[in-house]
Amino acid sequence: MIEVALAIGFAAVGIATVFCLIRLALGPDTADRVLALDTLVTNAVALIMLLGIAQATAVHFEAALLIAMMGFVGTVAFCKFVLRGDVIE
Amino acid sequence: MSGALAIAGEALVALAILVGSFFLLVGSFGLLRLPTFVQRLHAPTKATTLGVGGILIASMLYFLFTTGRLSVHELLITLFLFLTAPVSAYMLAKAYLFHRRAERELPPSGRPVGWATFDPAASRDDPDEALRPR
Repeated sequence: MIEVALAIGFAAVGIATVFCLIRLALGPDTADRVLALDTLVTNAVALIMLLGIAQATAVHFEAALLIAMMGFVGTVAFCKFVLRGDVIE
Repeated sequence: MSGALAIAGEALVALAILVGSFFLLVGSFGLLRLPTFVQRLHAPTKATTLGVGGILIASMLYFLFTTGRLSVHELLITLFLFLTAPVSAYMLAKAYLFHRRAERELPPSGRPVGWATFDPAASRDDPDEALRPR
């Protein structure tokens, strides 16, 4: 039962990642691309967690947590750059 | 663990995975399909956060049912994502509003008053002034 759900989950999150990539390529605004990257990071966290369930290991948690943190910091840095023209003033 | 409980646990994990991946797909589809940026901002910040929360719950339940111990790593990620999603959405909205510079380039706010960022009354002492008829 879990195997089938995992297969559907991997497919759905993979398609979601492709949607984010299309939005990242289309734009049209800078904020759109930053939002697409932010969503891409969230999808990556979900994919890593699904991989952790599929392999029945707990070693991927730290990777998922680190990617989530880096995604947030990256989004805030991008927004700060768009807003102020500089990341650290 | 007895057979019926194991099957119920598997069903719960499978349900959480399906619900979570459905919301992730819906959020990313909204990001692709919605017409303006301020509408696109809604889909990933709400649906995607909920979806990743569902998958993290699935992971928690799975390790609870297989090892018999409650794993709290996932709660850390869930808490972090739920705390940071509104902050990054706010930052993105501000970046979008200020990047456009002129208010006429923005989509309509859908309210009797315009965007609060560009409302001169919003920076005054009385925040309700913009809502009163002039």
